[in-house]
Amino acid sequence: MIEAKNVSKSFGDNLVLDEVSVRFEPGKCNLIIGQSGSGKTVLMKCLVGLFEIDSGKVLYGDRVFSKMSFDEMKMIRQEIGMLFQGGALFDSMTVEENVMFPLSMFTNQTPAEKLERANFCLSRVKLENANKLFPAEISGGMKKRVAIARAIAMNPKYLFCDEPNSGLDPLTANVIDILISEITQEYNITTVVNTHDMNSVIEIGDRISYIHKGKLWWQGDNESILKSDNPELNEFVFATELTRKLK
Amino acid sequence: MVEIDNLGLDSVGIVAFISTFMGAVLCIQMAFNIDTPLVPLYTIGFVTRQSVVLEFSPTIISLILAGKVGSRVASELGTMRVTEQIDAIEIIGINPATYLIFPKVVAAVLVNPILILMSMMMAIFGGWLAGVTTGLVASSTYIYGIKAFFDSYDIVYAMIKTVVFAFLIVSISGYHGFYTKGGALEVGASSTKGVVHSSIAIIVFNLILTQLLLA
Repeated sequence: MIEAKNVSKSFGDNLVLDEVSVRFEPGKCNLIIGQSGSGKTVLMKCLVGLFEIDSGKVLYGDRVFSKMSFDEMKMIRQEIGMLFQGGALFDSMTVEENVMFPLSMFTNQTPAEKLERANFCLSRVKLENANKLFPAEISGGMKKRVAIARAIAMNPKYLFCDEPNSGLDPLTANVIDILISEITQEYNITTVVNTHDMNSVIEIGDRISYIHKGKLWWQGDNESILKSDNPELNEFVFATELTRKLK
Repeated sequence: MVEIDNLGLDSVGIVAFISTFMGAVLCIQMAFNIDTPLVPLYTIGFVTRQSVVLEFSPTIISLILAGKVGSRVASELGTMRVTEQIDAIEIIGINPATYLIFPKVVAAVLVNPILILMSMMMAIFGGWLAGVTTGLVASSTYIYGIKAFFDSYDIVYAMIKTVVFAFLIVSISGYHGFYTKGGALEVGASSTKGVVHSSIAIIVFNLILTQLLLA
């Protein structure tokens, strides 16, 4: 379980997160949704320690992550897998080397063992024949899948996905969503997904937190979100004429 | 090894080319400036060697490397920053500065002295080639000048400067690249800042080191 307690973060005079308290459950896809600029990415970066919070706490289980030194954080980070918006694959490495990278850094596995693990992770994301390709040679959807393979290579307890569907067509986006959901349930991972894609919300939103103007505005699941009477949430969820008519 | 290849071996061609021509020009300029028979002709070789060893190879070539290597380091790290590759390294639990910048600093500190030694040899050769082919100085006279009054401390001084400059180039450019914020425009700006700031640092440290080591 991951928990943010009264987390605030500002950049200069701009308060981006205002005392956000939210809990992310294991074995579930915990979605953070909100408009662009609402503070979702900042919240996620605070959760993983890429941004230092101004006040509040971030807990991984009973461990207070936000108060840890870099070396202490390192232990928890080895339990974290993260899928970045653009994939963030190392462009000087092949697909296979990207997936093996965390294994090379933190395990004493032999090259054969690392390769076996990389092949398993790549097959798990249905990418069997791309081992020797470089990131520049593969499509956006494939990059996301390689990034997922790299994120799960170390058997993480926590998986963070920052807008996993951005820039993808609806079909590929759905494949990524289903993959994230399957991996979450299969390994009982605490998954936190940052998205503003309503298809993802409906497809995999076991637990949804709506961030509005830096505050936690609403929480629920993919069924209750459609029935909510929260005006700001409704404005976000039913943003188009078509969805309003469907409602 | 990859960094040594990227930062050092990749620069051999440009260093050799510039050094040869630099030595040739130095030799010709010296020859034209000696217009009295009271100054022996071997002075051409002697001054070419001294200028190359004390200043031209360690400082001018380091300034050129600041442009070539510095922009490479800053833009590489800047691109990694804006494409979140540095964040990805940090999330994995690795200190990205140590992982990315330290090997580059080590590579530059190891390989730049070799490049500068090669530059000295190429510049002296360039001077000989220009002097002999234009008939300004005889081969034996030039070589006598090259050997005359040689003090091995000059090489030590040049190598100390080279190592300090190598450290400055990579650490300053690396800093600018590592802390890039934004997108493609900012990567370009970081690259420019890396080159400009490391060049300024080289010029300033050149004076400081010369005062400390030669005065």
